[in-house]
Amino acid sequence: MNFIKSASILLFLVIACNSLEAQVRHSSKSAKSHLALSIANGKLVYTQNCASCHQVDGHGVQNMNPPLIQTSYVLGDKTKLIKIILNGFNEDVEINGNTYSNTMASHDFLKDKEIADVLTYIRHSFGNKASAVSVAMVKSVRATKK
Amino acid sequence: MKKNRILQYILPLIAIPALVISIASKNPTPPADGAGLTLPSGFEANIVADNLGSARHIAITKQGDIYVKLNRVKNGKGILYLHQTGDKATVVNSFGNYAGTGMYIKDGYLYTSSNEDVYRYKLNDKGEVINPNEPERIVVGLLNRREHESKSVVLDNNGNIYVNVGAYSNSCQEKDRQKGSMGRKGCPILDSAGGIWEFKADKLDQHYGDGIHYAKGLRNVVGLDWNQQDNQLFVMQHGRDQLHDLFPDMYTTQQSAIEPAECLYAVKEGDNAGWPYIYYDQEKHEKILAPEYGGDGKKTAGEGTIDPAVAFPGHLAPNGLLFYTGNQFPERYKNGAFIAFHGSWNRAPEPQAGYFVVFQPFKDGKPDGKWEVFADGFAGTQAQKESGNAVHRPCGLAQGPDGSLYVTDDNKGTIYKISYKK
Repeated sequence: MNFIKSASILLFLVIACNSLEAQVRHSSKSAKSHLALSIANGKLVYTQNCASCHQVDGHGVQNMNPPLIQTSYVLGDKTKLIKIILNGFNEDVEINGNTYSNTMASHDFLKDKEIADVLTYIRHSFGNKASAVSVAMVKSVRATKK
Repeated sequence: MKKNRILQYILPLIAIPALVISIASKNPTPPADGAGLTLPSGFEANIVADNLGSARHIAITKQGDIYVKLNRVKNGKGILYLHQTGDKATVVNSFGNYAGTGMYIKDGYLYTSSNEDVYRYKLNDKGEVINPNEPERIVVGLLNRREHESKSVVLDNNGNIYVNVGAYSNSCQEKDRQKGSMGRKGCPILDSAGGIWEFKADKLDQHYGDGIHYAKGLRNVVGLDWNQQDNQLFVMQHGRDQLHDLFPDMYTTQQSAIEPAECLYAVKEGDNAGWPYIYYDQEKHEKILAPEYGGDGKKTAGEGTIDPAVAFPGHLAPNGLLFYTGNQFPERYKNGAFIAFHGSWNRAPEPQAGYFVVFQPFKDGKPDGKWEVFADGFAGTQAQKESGNAVHRPCGLAQGPDGSLYVTDDNKGTIYKISYKK
């Protein structure tokens, strides 16, 4: 019987710790609510416009659609990245010795905020960690686009 | 007594983690053989070679040796020659400085393709290429605009070779895969791509103009074979992508995941399969007007275009087709079609599917009954399959002299040999 008692105490402790941890997570989340909101919105834009080629987990498709994981295209220069969304991409991409050849159509129909959100999302997902992309930055790149 | 009471309490405590683990690993993997494949009873698979590179189409000599075409050159070579002993094969030679897909043996010649040209190499009586560095270039200058670039080849029994030229487009939009961009009137791609061309197997340096524009309106064909019973060409078309992405108001993601059909066509000279104007809906059994050309997902069209012999679910990517003419497999397999489905990518966010070899029974040269999954398990776990992170992706098919079936995988470069063990 002692065994059962100690097992229940252990179970209670595990549950208590978990909910405590969730609370801590929640408060740190609200501190970064702007970023979190942008990532959440970006995920919706991603699912609708990007996931069918780049896949839900960003790993892309062999020979065809490049991965979005740990590549300089995603983690590097934000202006270049915004231009890919606005202009599309129509040349072979080589990443880690593999080439990817599908045409990416222009996605200039997306609003500035949608582009900022989706790029912020991909720069914070699939194991990526890079700074957010702002609406103002998308706006200025779109303005300079030929 | 006390001991039993304790057990009564402990057992559920053990059972719960076990249950959690079994749920976490999702659908348990069905029993697989040593090569990791699930097959009908009596069949066995062996891995004869591994890590070869992007192994596309494959041909087996009368001696049981293996030629494999690579989609990316490895150490500067695009063709591997493997000698087989028992159920193992080792690379003994590599040649051909070009990447590509096509590989076929007929009447003492090895036929191969790059993404622009077709070559042939004479074989000696041991099935070895005599001059690996001096192929005869029989077709030159086929279009390669990166999309659907592979050129598969097959020969008939009258000295002709059939070559697919895939359309460098999804649906002939003004801007490829661009949302809101409509279809080009009188799709100009069709004069030099999106079809099958016939050339002479023994004539050098033939261009488009020297060949016959044999069949039209085929978006992209990778798997094709000559049916000896019908004395006729059969091809597997890759159907169009992105119905939902491009027309979200007309198609749900679920519809877009399974439509349109991947079609097996029996092709005669002059046939038109209707791409880009129509696609085939395997649920309604109808040819539907493409939305880029005024369709609404329901309007039918395509008068004068051929119907598929068999329509499979969408995006499974048929890369290999083989009519089985061997005697090793049970009688019902004779003259039926094996199809290697490379696996989908265009089903996301729905789960991906395919990555298997299918058998379609035939009787008297016509499909007879429903297709069935013949070999599965290439992708790995259910999670690897559904996310599209397949470990192996079936591509090429060939029949060995003893009637065994060979399957290539262009992801890890594995060659499987499937045999019937009675």
